[in-house]
Amino acid sequence: MIDIINVHKGFGEQRVLRGVNLTIEKGESMTVIGGSGSGKSVLLKHIIGLLFPDQGRVIIDGQELNNLDQHGLNEVRKKFGMLFQMAALFDSLSVWENVGFSLKQHTKMSDQEIRAMATEKLALVGLKGIEDKMPAELSGGMKKRVGLARAIAINPAIILYDEPTTGLDPISADAINDLIIDLRKKLGVTSVAITHDMHSAYKISDRIAMLYKGEILEVGTPDQIRQTSHPIVHQFITGSAVGPITAD
Amino acid sequence: MTRLLEILGRKTLDVVTEIGRVLMFLGQTLRATISGPFYVRNLFKQMEQIGVNSIPVVLTTALSTGMVLALQSYTGFKRFGAESLIGTVVSLSMTRELGPVLTGLMVAGRAGASMAAELGTMKVTEQIDAMETLATSPMKYLVVPRFVASTIMMFFLTVLGMLIGISGGYFVGVKVLGTNPVTYVNQSIDNTEVSDIWYGLIKALVFGAVVGLIGCYKGFNTEGGAEGVGKATTGAVVVSCMLILILDYFLSALLW
Repeated sequence: MIDIINVHKGFGEQRVLRGVNLTIEKGESMTVIGGSGSGKSVLLKHIIGLLFPDQGRVIIDGQELNNLDQHGLNEVRKKFGMLFQMAALFDSLSVWENVGFSLKQHTKMSDQEIRAMATEKLALVGLKGIEDKMPAELSGGMKKRVGLARAIAINPAIILYDEPTTGLDPISADAINDLIIDLRKKLGVTSVAITHDMHSAYKISDRIAMLYKGEILEVGTPDQIRQTSHPIVHQFITGSAVGPITAD
Repeated sequence: MTRLLEILGRKTLDVVTEIGRVLMFLGQTLRATISGPFYVRNLFKQMEQIGVNSIPVVLTTALSTGMVLALQSYTGFKRFGAESLIGTVVSLSMTRELGPVLTGLMVAGRAGASMAAELGTMKVTEQIDAMETLATSPMKYLVVPRFVASTIMMFFLTVLGMLIGISGGYFVGVKVLGTNPVTYVNQSIDNTEVSDIWYGLIKALVFGAVVGLIGCYKGFNTEGGAEGVGKATTGAVVVSCMLILILDYFLSALLW
């Protein structure tokens, strides 16, 4: 379970998170929606301990990240897989080396075994025969899939998705959505996604939370969010230029 | 006047803050170096990239410097009949000063820039964050191998630079200018002590650490996409070269 309790975070004068409270249950698929600059990525980085709150707590399965040393933090991180917005594949490593990176670091498996495991994970995300390619040779959609294969390589309990459909054509984006749903069914993982793609949010989520100016405005099921009476949430999900949210 | 003082104060504060950050980064690097795990394969890869691939540029620089040094010394020494001292000048200059400094500057320009650009690109494309999420320390995986490889390889490149520079000087002094080869060699050996070589090599180790440290520091602190990578690369070369030249004076004074 993930508990985010009264988290505040600022960078210099700019306050990005202003008392975020959110609980994500085991096995749940939670999507945090919000406009650009609303603090979604910062929130996601707090969950995996890439950033730490100025005030407040982030608790993963009963362990408060603030209290952990580097070793403890790494042990918690092994519970996670994370898909980055631009996939963040390691340029200098081939596809199978990327997918098998955490296996190489944290297990005693041989290169041959790691490669076989990478092939298996790549098949799970619908990719075949690209093990020896370099990231530069892949399309955007393929990079995301490889990133996803890397995220699930050590069978994580929680997968974080940073804008999983951004930068993809509608068909590739929907294929990624299906993949997220499929992986959740097959692996039974907890999923936390951040996105401003409402189609994706409705499709992949059990619950949706709206983050606006560093605060959670509303949390609910996709149906509840669709029928919201909150003017800011309503404007955001309908994508209207008219309303309390103004384009910066 | 107040404005000038304000600007001066802010710049001073910026420089002091940056020095503090670099020293903290050095502390983290040293801690990561001794705490392990140590990525041996990465170390060898970096030794190849920083060391082996720098051989041509170091050889060219050292050879040219040794040859020019012999030629220029001859012109000056001939005026008071001291041509036989060319060998001493070349060997002392190459071992104590020019070998380590020129090798340091060349490696800073080539490998330091490459380190900053590679790590900077990894930073802005979130590859470093990705590595952390995979429970692997980027300090240990990326920085330590570069820092150690740069320090070790600068030592060996400097040895090579010294040998080639001295050989270039010998070639010009003996084969081109006609100095007696026995005198040339004897003068060189008699007036160059083992400590001269060690002083040069101690400098090389320090300069190697500087190039590795600054290249990695600049790369790890890159912000703002392609422009940021460009700035980090330039910054790495400029700061490394300046530090090499500044430290060279203090090391020379210390190792007098």
